[in-house]
Amino acid sequence: MSTVRIPPVLRQATGGEREITVAGATVSEALDSLYEQHPAVRAQLQTPEGDLHKFVNLYLNDEDVRLLSWLDTEVADGDTLLILPAMAGG
Amino acid sequence: MPRSYQDLLASAREQVPEVQVPDLAARNAAGDGPLVIDVREQHEWDQGHIPGSVHIPRSFLESRIAGVARPDTEVVLSCASGQRSLLAGITLREMGYETVSSLAGGFQRWKQSGQEYQVPQMLTPSQRSRYSRHILIPEIGEAGQIKLLNSKALLIGAGGLGSPAAFYLAAAGVGTIGLVDDDVVEASNLQRQIIHTTDRVGMNKGDSARIAIEALNPDVTVNTYPFRVDKENVLNLISDYDVIIDGTDNFPTRYLMSDASLMTRVPLIHASILRFEGHASTFLPYDGPCYRCLFPEPPPPDLAPSCGEAGVLGVLCGVMGNIMATEAIKVLLGIGEPLSGRLLIYDALDMGFTELKIRRDPDCPGCGPNAQLEFRDYEAWCAGVGAHTAAAVAGA
Repeated sequence: MSTVRIPPVLRQATGGEREITVAGATVSEALDSLYEQHPAVRAQLQTPEGDLHKFVNLYLNDEDVRLLSWLDTEVADGDTLLILPAMAGG
Repeated sequence: MPRSYQDLLASAREQVPEVQVPDLAARNAAGDGPLVIDVREQHEWDQGHIPGSVHIPRSFLESRIAGVARPDTEVVLSCASGQRSLLAGITLREMGYETVSSLAGGFQRWKQSGQEYQVPQMLTPSQRSRYSRHILIPEIGEAGQIKLLNSKALLIGAGGLGSPAAFYLAAAGVGTIGLVDDDVVEASNLQRQIIHTTDRVGMNKGDSARIAIEALNPDVTVNTYPFRVDKENVLNLISDYDVIIDGTDNFPTRYLMSDASLMTRVPLIHASILRFEGHASTFLPYDGPCYRCLFPEPPPPDLAPSCGEAGVLGVLCGVMGNIMATEAIKVLLGIGEPLSGRLLIYDALDMGFTELKIRRDPDCPGCGPNAQLEFRDYEAWCAGVGAHTAAAVAGA
């Protein structure tokens, strides 16, 4: 099992939860597990065609998954998947 | 048997070899100069000294020498006329320094023979007192404090992040602070924008901040720009400054500042905040990743609420604004490891700091090798023209 950290702007879609425990051996499977538990998150992260929005940054532990194997990146037990949208507030 | 001053000098001269001014000057010019330690008093040093020399008053020589030279370092000691330096040479020899010599004729002969010398910019006695806790830090010292006083920081926004950042940079003695903000102080700002006060509600934020800064530190020159930064004025604004502190509240300005920082190669200190969470990074143009390497595209407005819409913990601004101020001081002084290539995430509820790696994107449309960097219509782009109808949100 691994953990997905939910940023403030997506917490409405998770009922206020900040961390979700997910199953799955890849980033893709971990996201599916997240969508299963909190279906509203899917529409925020994915296009209608099922691709991740370009503005969605995903980090596995401290590395950008774009620089790993993107959605096929392997996720190990205890890893943290962090969803990082840009924030503008100042 | 008592020995006179002349006896001591004669004895020192036998043990400590002397170097002549032309020989030292030639070695310095060739880039092969030894370490020159000037053992005169502070007021003598302040009136001029040999370029590149290190100042240790003779009374502190024993206690401070290890900080600048090892026993096998070649050291030339210098004073006003070459006498105190001879006696200081005896001290260093007793401490095991093997290659110590004394500059014959000292600084007076150096100056008289037409060699270049430096007259340091000085702190006034009141500045020495005001900045004494900085001066005590080896990484800053008097030279670093003078550097800060000669530095110029431009703050985009004098709101949640800009308030604490500007306040602390002013206290630190950053000599010129520019404040770009077209907004006025509102009562709802005062829960976090600590540079403003209740009686200044309705005043332009730059003007309000100027009052606070001038009351705090008369050394600081404040420039206010009561308008919105845009692609027409940004390059002119930045060109006078050494560092940019981006505390704006909207994506169009953030992308504009990133592109402008790359065009002018002025470092950009970034932070953003929402509710209990803050992000911070330092973007050093072409030396590390840029904002667009991190966030190639802005999120749609509905996923990017402003603090005015979603709220922000007031004290979070203090933490993040002061991380920005810290980064700015480090960049200005060239000390430490800046937050370049790293995104620091602070979660106030967890009291947790997370650090993510940011890599330079080889295809980055901002700083990549094939980037055709030019200003765009940031408002339209961030509003997601075509895909989203709502305008980019703004507001603090």
